[in-house]
Amino acid sequence: MQSASRIRFKWLVPTLYVIFLMLPIYWLLNMSFKTTNEILGGFSLYPQSFTFENYRTIFTDPTWYNGYINSLIYVCLNTVISVAVALPAAYAFSRYRFLGDKHLFFWLLTNRMAPAAVFALPFFQLYSAIGLFDTHLAVALAHCLFNIPLAVWILEGFMSGVPKELDETAFIDGYGFWRFFVKIFLPTIAAGIGVAAFFCFMFSWVELLLAKTLTSVAAKPIAATMTRTASTSGYELGLLAAAGALTIVPGALVIFFVRNYIAKGFALGRV
Amino acid sequence: MSGKIQNQRAWLLVLPVVALVAFNAVIPLMTVVNYSVQETFGDNLFFFEGLKWFEQILHSERFHDALQRQLLFTGIILAIEVPLGVGIALAMPRKGVWVSVCLVLMAMPLLIPWNVVGAMWNIFALPDIGLLGKTLNSMGIDYNFTRQPVAAWVTLIAMDVWHWTSLVVLLAYAGLSAIPDAYYQAARIDGASSWAVFRYIQLPKLKRVLTIAVLLRFMDSFNIYTEPFVLTGGGPGNATTLLSIDLVKIALGQFDLGPAAAMSLIYFLIILLLSWVFYAAMTRGEDS
Repeated sequence: MQSASRIRFKWLVPTLYVIFLMLPIYWLLNMSFKTTNEILGGFSLYPQSFTFENYRTIFTDPTWYNGYINSLIYVCLNTVISVAVALPAAYAFSRYRFLGDKHLFFWLLTNRMAPAAVFALPFFQLYSAIGLFDTHLAVALAHCLFNIPLAVWILEGFMSGVPKELDETAFIDGYGFWRFFVKIFLPTIAAGIGVAAFFCFMFSWVELLLAKTLTSVAAKPIAATMTRTASTSGYELGLLAAAGALTIVPGALVIFFVRNYIAKGFALGRV
Repeated sequence: MSGKIQNQRAWLLVLPVVALVAFNAVIPLMTVVNYSVQETFGDNLFFFEGLKWFEQILHSERFHDALQRQLLFTGIILAIEVPLGVGIALAMPRKGVWVSVCLVLMAMPLLIPWNVVGAMWNIFALPDIGLLGKTLNSMGIDYNFTRQPVAAWVTLIAMDVWHWTSLVVLLAYAGLSAIPDAYYQAARIDGASSWAVFRYIQLPKLKRVLTIAVLLRFMDSFNIYTEPFVLTGGGPGNATTLLSIDLVKIALGQFDLGPAAAMSLIYFLIILLLSWVFYAAMTRGEDS
């Protein structure tokens, strides 16, 4: 019976943790509703003169809101490419044995380990050489380096959970491979596709080093707009805080939609 | 592994992935290898130098210091995040609306762009206007992460714990929910203590997801660049200059392509080697 009191206070642990997580986010929101003068003028736990001015600037100035549009374009592009090519590959890894399969799988994963800092300069040269520098496609393709291995890893886990009898029955019923794959197999692992897309979206959205290296004006991501504004027009903390707060929104929306599947994502993958 | 069919045509299904990843991985890697054995004086003139840069990097004090800081950082955050993440996952509710609420709130730091994480912690920890800095200072603790190396390290580690512990929580939680209720019932009939339940039921079942968690946290913390760069810029002095930050300083700051390329390769090999060691150690005794 000694455990009764322990169970009663168990909820405290996640609660305290969530409060710890929310504190810096609250502080960012707090700053975003203040004027820069008020931020630099003194310390206060909540905005004394509440203002939407920072957000208004972002939504009316094209150099700001284009940053969000650019980021969203290449992130979505990358998610589509990564998942589309990872699907058949994951199927091959989960169903067939072929020459070099295990080595190939490990090689794919090693790309997840490559430090982006190592690749920044060669990527710049490579994408300049093929004329894709400063396009959304360049960033989308570059992010494939770490997102495709991850997508293959997650999808392979989900596919291995589907019994092989499903494939065999469909083939006996006269389905061709691609018709079976699109009409029967993909709907079966819809949850896995959702999870893989979520993780691709997430890692492409948060990455900055490569995105910044591969763009200058036309496809500049929001995160780069923030760093450049910080250095050119003085230190407009309020504006930066508002821009930062807005970068949380797409992620928060995506999490909300896949909340029941996030936890499964990695657990079903294999190393 | 046994039920798989031998089929070489499966290569056709893998081909698009191999092509795309090879394009992104092999060509840049070859560029790096190419630079690592050459000397340049600008104007696209290159001279073959052999292994000179590798010897220089391996013997340079600067690289050793950065590597030591990197190992210390990765060691500390693994030692904090993995036990903390498992602890939180164990304390989380198993069903009901609170599960969704917890998961959504906990996943939020994972989806914030890394430079925003750095900027957010910067203004959170500033000693004059940040909530954390101001609170610590008004409690009588002298804290200024832009001047004190120890404070910079504490802030950096707090930021990483804030940023990534949720990943371990999500993984551990997924592992725990995969344990059938029958296991717990059997334990209750045997009168097992909660420690015994953890040690002999939950921990063995978590082994797989914990392997993934440790590997991912190891790789990503070893590659960390943007967050410490925005938070401290590697300072004060060189106190928080981790490997990636040092590498970018050499490559883009000083434009020493040869040494930077050699350092990149050594850096990448260290990650590969340590990942393999972790993986081998954590899956030892498991039959494949």
